[in-house]
Amino acid sequence: MAETNEQRKIRVLVAKPGLDGHDRGAKVIARALRDAGMEVIYTGIRQTPPMIVEAAIQEDVDAILMSILSGAHMAIFPKVMELLHENGVHDVLVMAGGILPDEDIPAIEAMGIKGNFGPGTPLSAIIDFVRANVSPERMSQELPPLAPTAGASFEATPAPAKEAQ
Amino acid sequence: MAETGNVAPIASLDVVDRLIAGDRRALARAITLIENGSPQARQMLARLHAHGGHAHIVGFTGSPGAGKSTLVMQLARELRRRDQRVGVIAVDPSSPFTGGAILGDRIRMQELAGDPNVFIRSMASRGSLGGLAVATRDAVRALDAAGFDTVIIETVGAGQAEVEIVRAAQTVIVVTVPGMGDDIQAIKAGILEIADIFVVNKADRPGADQTAAELRMLLSLDEHRREREWRPPILKTNATTGEGVAALADQLAKHLASLRETGALASRSGRQAQSEMLALLQQAMMERIAATIAPDEWERLVQAVVERRSDPYSTADALARRIGLVPEA
Ligand SMILES: Nc1nc2c(ncn2[C@@H]2O[C@H](COP(=O)(O)OP(=O)(O)O)[C@@H](O)[C@H]2O)c(=O)[nH]1
Ligand SMILES: [Mg+2]
Repeated sequence: MAETNEQRKIRVLVAKPGLDGHDRGAKVIARALRDAGMEVIYTGIRQTPPMIVEAAIQEDVDAILMSILSGAHMAIFPKVMELLHENGVHDVLVMAGGILPDEDIPAIEAMGIKGNFGPGTPLSAIIDFVRANVSPERMSQELPPLAPTAGASFEATPAPAKEAQ
Repeated sequence: MAETGNVAPIASLDVVDRLIAGDRRALARAITLIENGSPQARQMLARLHAHGGHAHIVGFTGSPGAGKSTLVMQLARELRRRDQRVGVIAVDPSSPFTGGAILGDRIRMQELAGDPNVFIRSMASRGSLGGLAVATRDAVRALDAAGFDTVIIETVGAGQAEVEIVRAAQTVIVVTVPGMGDDIQAIKAGILEIADIFVVNKADRPGADQTAAELRMLLSLDEHRREREWRPPILKTNATTGEGVAALADQLAKHLASLRETGALASRSGRQAQSEMLALLQQAMMERIAATIAPDEWERLVQAVVERRSDPYSTADALARRIGLVPEA
């Protein structure tokens, strides 16, 4: 019989920004979230802020977790937050994990990025954190109002002349 | 929430207006509502249906690792060169144990990033068998209404059980790779009839010609095709480089034209609408049954059948009368 009353699934985008090609940590987290019953959209390595935000929008995720090792976080995080705001995305939980120097944590938190899971964080703590911090409104059957969208739309009318590829 | 202070509440119908106007967040939200079986979804779907009917719906099926996602990416790029807007729904399996899923098809589709005329949505199968999620067809409906010219569905890739895709797509592409005897077995066992186009991907590997020849042989023996006007072509591709993908796009267009000319498009749509309506009726009936018969009574009825104090037929007849499905005797 239909499982319509089941609790809504949490959808999480696990992204690996930065130029290092090493995503073992991100994959471990992705698997742990899956095993906790979540739907994890995993996009692979070398994600730029526009790629992360666009994937989050198209997938309408409840949470984004950026796993970073390369030290580029102070360039990447503000850009991601800026693009989310530009696009009217306000109800998504944004988290970071990986190697984040202690002295940067206050600045990261001030951007609205939560979690900040260091290398030793138990997977169960990450799972609990996601469950406790996703927007409760997003978890209801009726989703909350959708903020107006700024930024690029797809074309609603037939495509114009072809772009240079 | 505090941050959304300047936002006016938006009803589901506005979501439809907005997605039709090209708002991709509204489109994403509509798919979420559909996927979660939200009460808002039904009225939305009625409007989405009225706005759709323009997209060419293309399904990709084939074993995991055959290169479906990579091929979808290349095909989407090719269709973009042809000025088409492309929507993609990629379905991956949910874990039967935890209900969770890792949806990884976007990894292969990175090259499409940054193009506002491509929209990709990953979907977990959420326990449904047959290669699609329950909500896949309705998600396609949203993309269709939003004006995408081609909507591509990538199925889970579970082999012979993947027959659901014929009920969702107008053109079904079966992807296989050289040297996979299992695939040929699966094709023999049932997916031969559903393929409109065969692709032997990874044609950079040895054995592609032989696999193509085996497929040709199987096809020549096939007597069961519903639409004899169309002979499924067998194409070789290398999804890593994109070789053969332009030919695939050409065949897609040819197949659609053939469906239109022969009237097969209308009969496929008819079959699809019929199966959809029957599924909805079945669901309504199940809900009615659940609402009429309390679990403990159900338990007693089952037990009576098990102990042979009654039988399944008369029990079902009595219940059907009680829920008004058949007139009182
Ligand atoms: N050599 C070769 N590898 C390919 C080709 N197409 C895909 N692959 C690789 O096959 C693997 C599985 O591809 P993917 O698209 O994820 O397959 P899917 O599971 O069917 O969606 C990836 O490592 C791809 O890079 C191809 O034409 N040739
Ligand atoms: Mg795939």
